Amino acid sequence: MTMASEVNTGFLNDKRLDSIAADILRPVGISKGFLIWMGFLGISLLGCMYAYYLQWDKGLIVTGLRDYVSWGMYIANFVFFVATSLVGMLISSVLGLIGFKWVKPIARIAEIIAVAFAAIAGLVIVLDMGRPERLPYVFMYGRIQSPILWDVTVVTTYLVLSTLLYFIPLIPDLAISKGKIGHTPKWLQATYEILSVKWNHTSEQYKILLKSVRILLILIIPTAFAIHTVTSWLFAVTLRPGWDSTIFGPYFLTGAFVAGSAAVVILMYFVRTNYKLDNYLTFHHFDMMGKLLVLVSIVYVYFNINEYLVPAYKLKTAEAIHLHDLFVGDYALMFWSVQLLGVVIPIILLLFRFFRKPLPMLIISMVVLVASWFKRLLIVVPTQENPFLPKQFVPKAWMVYHPTVIETAITILPILLAVIIITLLVKLFPVIPIWEIAEEQAEKHDQTQE
Amino acid sequence: MSDNIPNTDQDRSDRTGDHKNSRRTFFKNIGLVGAAAAAGGAAIYSGFKYEESKPNHDFVKVLTADNRLVEVPRSQIKDIKVDLTRLQLAGREGLKGHRWVMVIDLSKCRNARKCIAACQSAHHLRPYEYHINTLIMQESENTAPYYMPKPCQHCDNPPCVAVCPVNATFKRQDGVVLIDNERCIGCRFCIAACPYSARMFHWEEPLMAESDQGKTYNIELNVPQRKGTISKCLFSSDRIREGKLPYCVSTCPNGVYYFGDENQDAVTNGTTKETHRLSELLRDNAGYHLMADLGTKPRVYYLPPKNRLFEFKDKRDKNKETT
Repeated sequence: MTMASEVNTGFLNDKRLDSIAADILRPVGISKGFLIWMGFLGISLLGCMYAYYLQWDKGLIVTGLRDYVSWGMYIANFVFFVATSLVGMLISSVLGLIGFKWVKPIARIAEIIAVAFAAIAGLVIVLDMGRPERLPYVFMYGRIQSPILWDVTVVTTYLVLSTLLYFIPLIPDLAISKGKIGHTPKWLQATYEILSVKWNHTSEQYKILLKSVRILLILIIPTAFAIHTVTSWLFAVTLRPGWDSTIFGPYFLTGAFVAGSAAVVILMYFVRTNYKLDNYLTFHHFDMMGKLLVLVSIVYVYFNINEYLVPAYKLKTAEAIHLHDLFVGDYALMFWSVQLLGVVIPIILLLFRFFRKPLPMLIISMVVLVASWFKRLLIVVPTQENPFLPKQFVPKAWMVYHPTVIETAITILPILLAVIIITLLVKLFPVIPIWEIAEEQAEKHDQTQE
Repeated sequence: MSDNIPNTDQDRSDRTGDHKNSRRTFFKNIGLVGAAAAAGGAAIYSGFKYEESKPNHDFVKVLTADNRLVEVPRSQIKDIKVDLTRLQLAGREGLKGHRWVMVIDLSKCRNARKCIAACQSAHHLRPYEYHINTLIMQESENTAPYYMPKPCQHCDNPPCVAVCPVNATFKRQDGVVLIDNERCIGCRFCIAACPYSARMFHWEEPLMAESDQGKTYNIELNVPQRKGTISKCLFSSDRIREGKLPYCVSTCPNGVYYFGDENQDAVTNGTTKETHRLSELLRDNAGYHLMADLGTKPRVYYLPPKNRLFEFKDKRDKNKETT
């Protein structure tokens, strides 16, 4: 979204609009590849749902969780989901409001990720609950003192705002597209008809659209800050070594931008290559995203240094045990892999123009995204393995955390759901804003003529 | 004979008199018989009723609430349904005017683990599911190891209660921190928040899930235990309601535990049954709180492990498994 206060609707009569729309709408619809991919996701989802059925039936005993480590992959997954969804705010709001024009074609991709991950984040928590059928109790008996209540409130708000930020700029596109998707099934055309809410491209309508989007872009910034700050407080409000930290809010927030930017690059790459949209998602966009990833990673390194170096200098008893586990103990391999592969090496590589090309960017982003998932696990688990008081007179399996296969399948379940939402949104609706690109090109054309 | 003739009238009269007489008697007799029959019938009826209601020597032994074993006729026994709402309300309110407090004398604990067994049997837990656990402690390398029973500290500033999203775990006016497993959603935020690792979770069906089925939930005993919910030390709230010492306190063979009321400044040793002034006990023995620097304000005090009268047998091992 640009922040011009008015839209010159002249682009609607420009013949370039037709070719742009044709490019972007070509992949829209149901193809063989789409069906195979959805079939694969669906079958995998069924497998994961069976795993969840086992957990429902037998209890959380089917996981590797026990009284000492009682939060594991599920909670790490939740933090990862909230983190990844934040990128919608970063790209659309922060960069858009500042006036960076290059974010235009990727803003919707970022919003799709935001919507998909924010929508599923709530479910991730439910998968972790011992009594999921009592979820309504959170609303019936909710205590405002508990950070869980704050989290429920802000994640829901963020989901609503993100959905609106995805949908409102999509309305003109749906109106443009509805006559041009004859190759798609009837129900999809009917959906376009309904969702385009009788949009007829008057400048008054565009004025309202710009105004409402601007309000949303501003509102979503504090909301996004809130969701991840509050999520970090689930840990930071406790007295436990490794969690008892005052910088957890910004530390989580900056980490979120790293994970989210990587997710956007991955989706950009698949859209570009599968839908042959090279002209819209160009090397320039990958180059800029590469630079953005370097920037957010450097900020994240700064917070990591603060988070680990300061307690490591003091070595308070409990903190020392925790840090020993991370630096040279049981979690050392994971810790250093995550720090080096997930943050340090990407920063170094992405300083070179070669690595900011699409394919190297894809590979780097995949590593960064996986590393950021494990980074959440490193935040959640080792702290619980080192309580203040000794772990004694319990079975050996209770001492350390060993995730089970069932637990892994249940962890994958929400990831599959998010990928399904992303696939549907990317495949069935224009993934690049047609009207904004057309308007920009018309503007450029006018300027060159002048 | 002649006498007979003149006597005839007499006789007749006599006879008639006799007649009158006998009729009267007859009626009288009838009345008597009727009365007797009515009385007898009534007697038989009442006797029958009596027999019907009479205890038939089938007695049942019953343990009363104040722990007396008494006999009552089987016919007098009525089933009452314990009301969940009443138990819940009373359990959440607590015992007015009291501030329960526990003192643990570390110089006496020799890890007999009787407290743990009593607790687990009262609360239907497995041998490795703890409301109270005894830990082998050692502050630093050259200090002496000692045993430390560790129940819930029933903090006055409880981190677990603060983070609970649904008011399932709560602090009562008498100082006890309880958990309501009818309310708990199983998010385990309280486990994450507790610095004393005092809480446990039912990862699977509880030990006595089957036999406890259908029992009314007692929030002060946390029985029946429930899968997917939290359980924790309750300071034996069901026992203190009856004016008794907690399960662990009264089972300890070594005189480790004192339990009482801070408002009365009195605590009773569970083994010797001697009552002491709480303030004096803490003053004379340098009582302290576990990890007082965390600001949790526990209601459990420890007396330091000085002058122990036994040898420490266990190896020092940070993470000791069950055997």
